[in-house]
Amino acid sequence: MPQILVIAEHDRRTLRPASASAAAFAQRFCSLTEGAYEVLVLGSDVAGIAAGAAHWGAAAVLVADAPALAMPLADRYAHVIAQVARDRGAGVVVAASSTFSKDVLPRAAGLLDAGMLSDVVDLAADAEGIFFRRAMYAGNAVASVRLEGAVRVLTVRAGAFAAPVVQGAGSPIITVEVDPAALPAATEFVGCEPKMGSRPDPTEARIVVSGGRAMRTAEDFERLVGGLADALGAAIGSSRALVDSGITHNTLQIGQTGKIVAPELYIALGISGAIQHLAGIKDSKVIVAINKDGDAPIFEVADYGLVADVYTVVPEMIAKLKS
Amino acid sequence: MKIVVPLKRVPDPDTRIRIRADGSGIETDGVKFTVNPFDAIALEEALRLRERFGEVAIVAVTIGGEECIEQLRTGLAMGADRAVLIRATGPLDSLAVAKRLAAFCRKELPDLVLMGKQAIDDDSNQTGQMLAAVLGLPQATFVSKLEMLPGSSRVRCGRETDAGIETVVVSLPAILTTDLRLNEPRYIALPGILKARKKPVEEIGAAELGVPPRSRTILLKLEAPSRREGGIRVKTIDELITRLRHEAKVI
Repeated sequence: MPQILVIAEHDRRTLRPASASAAAFAQRFCSLTEGAYEVLVLGSDVAGIAAGAAHWGAAAVLVADAPALAMPLADRYAHVIAQVARDRGAGVVVAASSTFSKDVLPRAAGLLDAGMLSDVVDLAADAEGIFFRRAMYAGNAVASVRLEGAVRVLTVRAGAFAAPVVQGAGSPIITVEVDPAALPAATEFVGCEPKMGSRPDPTEARIVVSGGRAMRTAEDFERLVGGLADALGAAIGSSRALVDSGITHNTLQIGQTGKIVAPELYIALGISGAIQHLAGIKDSKVIVAINKDGDAPIFEVADYGLVADVYTVVPEMIAKLKS
Repeated sequence: MKIVVPLKRVPDPDTRIRIRADGSGIETDGVKFTVNPFDAIALEEALRLRERFGEVAIVAVTIGGEECIEQLRTGLAMGADRAVLIRATGPLDSLAVAKRLAAFCRKELPDLVLMGKQAIDDDSNQTGQMLAAVLGLPQATFVSKLEMLPGSSRVRCGRETDAGIETVVVSLPAILTTDLRLNEPRYIALPGILKARKKPVEEIGAAELGVPPRSRTILLKLEAPSRREGGIRVKTIDELITRLRHEAKVI
């Protein structure tokens, strides 16, 4: 009966919806092994945020609340996660994939002497126990992998696990002790230059509109990609080329080394479709590609392709969606 | 100051990988291998620190068999001062690699370990963080800006996070992992490649660093992903909107 510890992520105001998918993963895991799962929320003054996880069906919501945890510094967070995992006898530690979990969880795995798998998309059991599936080689291979050892650490792709099924009353909230003196102190948080705008995160949105090399300026990107996204209530994304050329912000990069998305609808505007980009969008339900070049590889994966200049047809599409 | 830069041998990002018929891994015959692109960025940053501050010794290190010497030569050609091969056989997972690197760092005592945020073969994004944990040192991951602070005992790092560019200051020694926007690695000219062939590559035997840790991740099977079939071409925006509304029902 393995105990699973789900690490919830938040932005100091609310829980990230993606974290619920880690709880959904835990629920699937428990259905195969009859274990139970608990959710851990770390931060400063986060009781209100933690309450948001009380309806994820967990056995308990644990709260590590301390001023020293106000910012998600990896050394401190990993220290607390490892401590709680030991105290609660956790055999699995899991979080939804994000830069937060990718920063913190491998460090916790190192402290726990645990093997780790990143970006898990599925799990199954055979006679020898549970194994996991994850993509490798820019999504060109799917690996089935078993993890040995007393503790296993995982990040899971949010899109691969739906929301947890909730029954009964809310989970009890339990405060865990944090000894500030024991926390590492060699990292100092200076600040964060936040990304612009209030559009949803591409890993959590139902629709993502993404732009590529065809966008010549940041203004054009905002007018075409941003404009279409707003007409659809969608998130925006970008190919690596636009981030490298300074036209878009790094938080928008979609692909093997950026964000992996799996929305219901992915609209690629002027994106040629390098394999590294396709690795990040393959699991989208419907892919639309608009590109001037009819031979662009993006059309090989697109459900609907339109060979056209984005500068001409995107304004038309925005106008028609608004009318 | 001493900087250790781990280099991983990976298939060239532009090659299409082929999966072995028995699912045990990828075909390596005829595949071009290269230094993991994120590690090349790490080495480039180490070289720039040396150009700025002088007294910097750069040690490139890799773990694996004879074949990895090719990537160490690339490291030497770019400008690393030393190159070290830690002998190992079989696939190693991130933790097994991190423990070997930790044993190496306890010997070398670097001020900085600069390494790629992820390797483009397994896309794990774990080893740097695990190394930092095993050594009990601070870390800054996904670094896209690096600035040595006066006194050379702390670095200010810009990190690419989902929330935006985060700035942290870490005390040395520290482990930093590099993101794409940190720099563009230099082009290696032919004389550099020729000179690198003459430089020695140091070797450390599999057992010399103490207990060789085992991998905890066991690959059961590698398969091709289900292929997405290309769909249809639409002629107009009107047709596209109609199909998205009434056929795919996604808007």
